[in-house]
Amino acid sequence: MTKTTVTVGLGSCGIAAGANKTYQKIQALKETENIDFELRKTSCIGMCYREPLVEIVDETGTYLYGDVNEERAIEVIEKHINQHDPIREYIVYTDLFDAPENYFIESQVKIVLRNCGYIDPESIEEYEAHQGYQAIRTIGEKKISREAVIQTILDSGLRGRGGGGFPTGMKWKFANANKSPEKYIICNADEGDPGAFMDRSVLEGDPHSVLEGMIIAAYAIEANQGVIYCRAEYPLAIKRLNIAIEQAHHKGYLGKNIFGIEGFDFDIYIKEGAGAFVCGEETALIASIEGERGMPRKRPPFPAASGLWKKPTNINNVETFANIPWIVINGAKAYASYGTEKSKGTKVFALAGKVKNSGLVEVPMGMTIKDVIFRLGGGIKKDKKFKAVQLGGPSGGCIPEYLSDTIVDYDSVNATGAIMGSGGMVVMDETTCMVDVAKFFLDFTRKESCGKCTFCRMGTKRMLEILERITNGQGAEDDLAKLEELAYQIKDNSLCGLGQTAPNPVLTTMKYFRDEYEAHIFHKKCPAKVCRPLLTYTVDAEKCTGCMVCLKNCPVKAITGERKQPHLIAQDICTKCGVCFSKCKFDSIVLS
Amino acid sequence: MRISRNNKPTERPAKADVDLSLINKLIQKYKGKKGNMIPLLQGTQEIFGYIPRAAFEKISQETGLELSEMYGVATFYAQFRMAPVGRHIIKVCHGTACHVQNAKEISEALEEALRIKDGETTEDRFFTLESVACLGCCSLAPVMMISDQTYGKLTGNESVKIVKTIRIAESN
Repeated sequence: MTKTTVTVGLGSCGIAAGANKTYQKIQALKETENIDFELRKTSCIGMCYREPLVEIVDETGTYLYGDVNEERAIEVIEKHINQHDPIREYIVYTDLFDAPENYFIESQVKIVLRNCGYIDPESIEEYEAHQGYQAIRTIGEKKISREAVIQTILDSGLRGRGGGGFPTGMKWKFANANKSPEKYIICNADEGDPGAFMDRSVLEGDPHSVLEGMIIAAYAIEANQGVIYCRAEYPLAIKRLNIAIEQAHHKGYLGKNIFGIEGFDFDIYIKEGAGAFVCGEETALIASIEGERGMPRKRPPFPAASGLWKKPTNINNVETFANIPWIVINGAKAYASYGTEKSKGTKVFALAGKVKNSGLVEVPMGMTIKDVIFRLGGGIKKDKKFKAVQLGGPSGGCIPEYLSDTIVDYDSVNATGAIMGSGGMVVMDETTCMVDVAKFFLDFTRKESCGKCTFCRMGTKRMLEILERITNGQGAEDDLAKLEELAYQIKDNSLCGLGQTAPNPVLTTMKYFRDEYEAHIFHKKCPAKVCRPLLTYTVDAEKCTGCMVCLKNCPVKAITGERKQPHLIAQDICTKCGVCFSKCKFDSIVLS
Repeated sequence: MRISRNNKPTERPAKADVDLSLINKLIQKYKGKKGNMIPLLQGTQEIFGYIPRAAFEKISQETGLELSEMYGVATFYAQFRMAPVGRHIIKVCHGTACHVQNAKEISEALEEALRIKDGETTEDRFFTLESVACLGCCSLAPVMMISDQTYGKLTGNESVKIVKTIRIAESN
């Protein structure tokens, strides 16, 4: 009889949802009541909307319980473990019967996330038990040449998952062609796109897969030093990476003559980012590692020729590296069997925003956006109307509902004016104002512009000012033409990706939601009821109980009325700050 | 990364304010090494919670790094602070997912309750309120982080309640 295991998901989102308490509760139960099962930790399985998650595997099968708070934990352990009676209503996934989230798990293809949520990320043994370090070991044992490894990656069709989509094998080939006794591998873990958290989950859930990917890359291009440039905002990821690096050292997987390959010396250290979005750009990232201001420089020379400390350097993103060991073990053909003609394999998306099932999903390239949002994502929260999806963060754009049959691959997404980006997918419904979204992203890029190129530095500021005017109800007739002109100037006259793509959120929203811009400019109305200066606050006399909360909280004393009598908002005094709306417990403040 | 940057230098503090000898070891460790500027600044901030002006001067004198270059780097990155911060830093996430789910309400409620503006520190040096671009917990939006603890699915009222609970728990 196999021993029953109970596994708690302890990724950042699980912990934020209270998974640590759940874990401690189960641990306490196990000890005080002396119950016989093995208690394990894992990371995020991607089902963030059901956290905390607890998986029980016994001789009958696998059961995944969702929303397991402390009380539920007691109930689940008592019934399932002690009485062998699984609680059907709490089970979200199982291989035994039709549970609510079976579809979510079964319709994904997990390559990058193959171990996330299954293994203990702090155990190198568990990684090795799941084919871990087998790829690089095979390379060493079979004496596979560097060129053959690069050819495999080329044949697999893998393209850079950080957003650029440049063929990974090609990058390796260039770096390998530049001979130097000193070469670097950099892992870009500076996941700066607001709304994206794939890399965090991979680093927290399967750090060894990233290390192994880096080791294989190092072998392929003859590099001797690796650097992981990781955001300081990801403390758990950094902690687990440090543990993984130490374990790899201990096993001799990092160091000198590793994996039995004579002369293959490779080591990895972590460099914590100091907080600058532009450092996601490879030349800026290199400048930052060198201790300078993270400002991009002109290319060529490309990092493959002259990168960190002016030595040949290869930079790939976390998700790209996590793919590598799988490709080496399973072969380029197996990888290329997924996806479309020009975009092979799978892509991880971070689903967030107004979608029911927010979390991480890995799907083959070529799935339609609609399927990702409605089938995997479960549709829109509160069943509101789906309006648009934002792909690619501040460099990307908004794809409207009527284009939701677009498939996810690099070229199809680019054709809409958005970009694939690193995989953030923020869903928006009818209550999201597209002008406000454009303003939000521009505000972000304006702040994060490094200031080197005039058009990016000043142009984003000017565009933001126009958008602020529009959302304040002071938009002018020629504002849209001005925005467009500025947008193309910035795109054409910026050195790096940040500036070249900064206008995308504005351009795509202007293209697909021009009516919303026009409503703001010509009718001084915000159709989604978001831009406060364009709204009117009134009291619904039927719903108002006369509790006086809004009256007391109004900072300009615009509200009058007696206790238990409907209140009134004086429109000439009201500054539209929204305090009454957020304080009212009876939904009696009406926006129009 | 932090959006609300409060890395404007304060007035030169009185000498007694900070014990500069605390960074001697740090300076010895990195002196003369290539790419040492950011680690030196990060280390100094770890010790004092911010980078005092006097520390800039000391590092410059002892390592030969230009003061102007150090200032350039320190103001470039969101991580560096040049003013002291409170015991707890409240980071309110304003990433995309949080933005479309009304993160503004959280910031406004906290500003009102703590009587400070974004980027400022309460008078008793208990809390510093900040906006950050993304904490990577988008599925729990809107989110805030206080010290290393993340709180998700917030409303304005809930966030104020959490902050009050922390203050009460620690003032006793």
